[in-house]
Amino acid sequence: MDAKKVEDKQGKMPAALEVPPNTDEEETLTPEELAAQWEAEAPDPAGPIANLFSSLVVLALSIIGMVISIGLGLGTPAAPAAGMWPFIITLIAAVMSVVQIIVGRAGGKDGEKFSSMSWYAVIGFATLILMVVLMPLVGFEIPSLLLCFVWMRWLGGERWRSATIYSILIVGAFYAIFIAALGTTIPRLF
Amino acid sequence: MEFFGPVLDGFNVVLDPTNLLYCLLGVVVGMLIGVLPGLGPAATIAILLPMTYGVEPVTAIIMLAGIFYGAQYGGTITSVLLRLPGEASSVVTVFDGYVMAKQGRAGTALGIAAIGSFFGATVSIIGLTFLAPLVASFALDFGPPEYTALAMLGILLVATISGGTKIKAIIAAAVGLFLATVGRDGFTGAERFTFGNLSLADGIDFVPIAMGLFGVGEILYNLEERHRVATAPMKVSNVWPKGKDIKEASGAIGRGSVLGFFLGILPGGGATIASLASYAMEKKTAKDPSRFGKGAIEGVAGPESANNAAATSSFIPLLTLGIPANATMAIIFGALLIQGITPGPQLISNDPELFWGVVNSMYIGNILLLIMSIPLIGVFVRILRIRAAILAPITALITMLGAYTIRNSMFDVLLVVIFGAIGYLMKKFGFEPGPLVLAFVLGSLLESNLRRSLLVLEGDPTGFFTRPISATLLVLFVVVAVWPMIKSVIDKRKSGSLAALATQEKEKENA
Repeated sequence: MDAKKVEDKQGKMPAALEVPPNTDEEETLTPEELAAQWEAEAPDPAGPIANLFSSLVVLALSIIGMVISIGLGLGTPAAPAAGMWPFIITLIAAVMSVVQIIVGRAGGKDGEKFSSMSWYAVIGFATLILMVVLMPLVGFEIPSLLLCFVWMRWLGGERWRSATIYSILIVGAFYAIFIAALGTTIPRLF
Repeated sequence: MEFFGPVLDGFNVVLDPTNLLYCLLGVVVGMLIGVLPGLGPAATIAILLPMTYGVEPVTAIIMLAGIFYGAQYGGTITSVLLRLPGEASSVVTVFDGYVMAKQGRAGTALGIAAIGSFFGATVSIIGLTFLAPLVASFALDFGPPEYTALAMLGILLVATISGGTKIKAIIAAAVGLFLATVGRDGFTGAERFTFGNLSLADGIDFVPIAMGLFGVGEILYNLEERHRVATAPMKVSNVWPKGKDIKEASGAIGRGSVLGFFLGILPGGGATIASLASYAMEKKTAKDPSRFGKGAIEGVAGPESANNAAATSSFIPLLTLGIPANATMAIIFGALLIQGITPGPQLISNDPELFWGVVNSMYIGNILLLIMSIPLIGVFVRILRIRAAILAPITALITMLGAYTIRNSMFDVLLVVIFGAIGYLMKKFGFEPGPLVLAFVLGSLLESNLRRSLLVLEGDPTGFFTRPISATLLVLFVVVAVWPMIKSVIDKRKSGSLAALATQEKEKENA
């Protein structure tokens, strides 16, 4: 992907993601208007489906937790067994998630909708996982270099040249600090 | 002199060159990272937790405290220059601070914020010095039932005061309590939720959770979010406020400091509420309230003094009761536990050097902050010019490599990344990570005290209500738990958003 394509992609961004023009109007905004503007610029709330989904995940996990807690044994209030406390917590979580399903059925104002930009977070996560996998095998230098490059070039829209130069500089600096200066035992190639 | 002996000894601890150096390091690092948009004090401290390993406990906490108030001030810089509050407690600073910057008075705004922060923090430290021993001596008689009630109240307050849905915050807190149960049960020795995994037998470590949820979670979130903002910071000149400015702001600084000190002691979002309350107070007491929002210096001075005063006084519940008042304090609590120190009422008498060392280091740290912040503003502005695209991988690498150095374990790094993904998803689905982390650090304390109480009370839960302190705390707990539900039913029709307020006010003006 070259720089032009990135620009194209950014040009197609939803209106809410575009940088607001830095006009002189801002100077006249009162705190209330500014707060309203922030609210308007803020991403859409996650919505009813996300609310239902997240509450169901919590509900399912807390039911599993309750079952395991019962398996550990609850005991009596005078002599609580290992499962008593986790049972109480997971019961609270289960009840609260049911309440949330009902209260938040219209969606509410919390959370944020996933957008096309959310893929950036997914790619970021994938590179971090890749780094965890590669670090014990080939040391931290190459995975770090890759991570810097991917994050700058594709997730940050830097140009090829600057992304390459900065990646090398950053990894060099980390080598100097973590290996040469601090003498840590981070797995390394050199 | 009996009281002041240990206080003065505390200065010896601070003036130790190593401690001074770490204090300086903490303040500078805190300011630097605090300047980066998106990473607030909690995330900054979480990312830098590995730095505290291998140093003395006092030194570690002195550095973390330095990072904390350094980051607090760093957030102000972005509020003023970029109209981007670095954190919730600097939001109101934007209103007048950014306008001042647009009028070419950015330097004055930052300078007065630094002076106000210094003054607020100093007032707060003096207050802390006298109040903390009182609170601690009162809490010395606390038994397991009192601790159970106190921990429950603390978690609930943080969950209900934090932003977002209360129910979701309580769910997050329950998840935190649950994660704290993973591992071997201290009472019966039974393995809980380890699924035969040896790495989990000792329980989940606090550091990967904090680094993941606050650090990596924020970093991933910013990857998606930062395309929203790309304004270049403006030029800063005349950092030293003029005599006239200081005169104008002095009342606001004084009022903000006192207000902040008291609001900071209360659990839950102390600094944020303090800055909001101070702004409201300044606007109310001003002769000409219409100046606010148009570059009134009191609108910067008051809230900035208040949030630093509150940030400092929020150490009181942590150091005297062992109950962190907010997410950042929860991380410092975790750091203390790692160092083998359990904060609580005994801390002052058992470990006076640590207690007074940390408290007195705040004087030095704030003096350093004041001295450094004004000349360094140019450096911060330059940092703000570095593109987020280049800063993001740097913070990610610091977190990843830092996580590895804790125990030389790739499993820890993996946990950090996984908790990072969880933190990101929590944010997207409207769950606050703060209550989770807070509940996690208090989890084992709460469980063991609850079980001990049940043993003492022979399994009779009504026994909690026969002891005056635990009964009071539990009544408070019930009030805090039930009140929002009643209130939300009453307010359901009213929209509480600022936008609605704005239109209402406009309508009023028009009428």
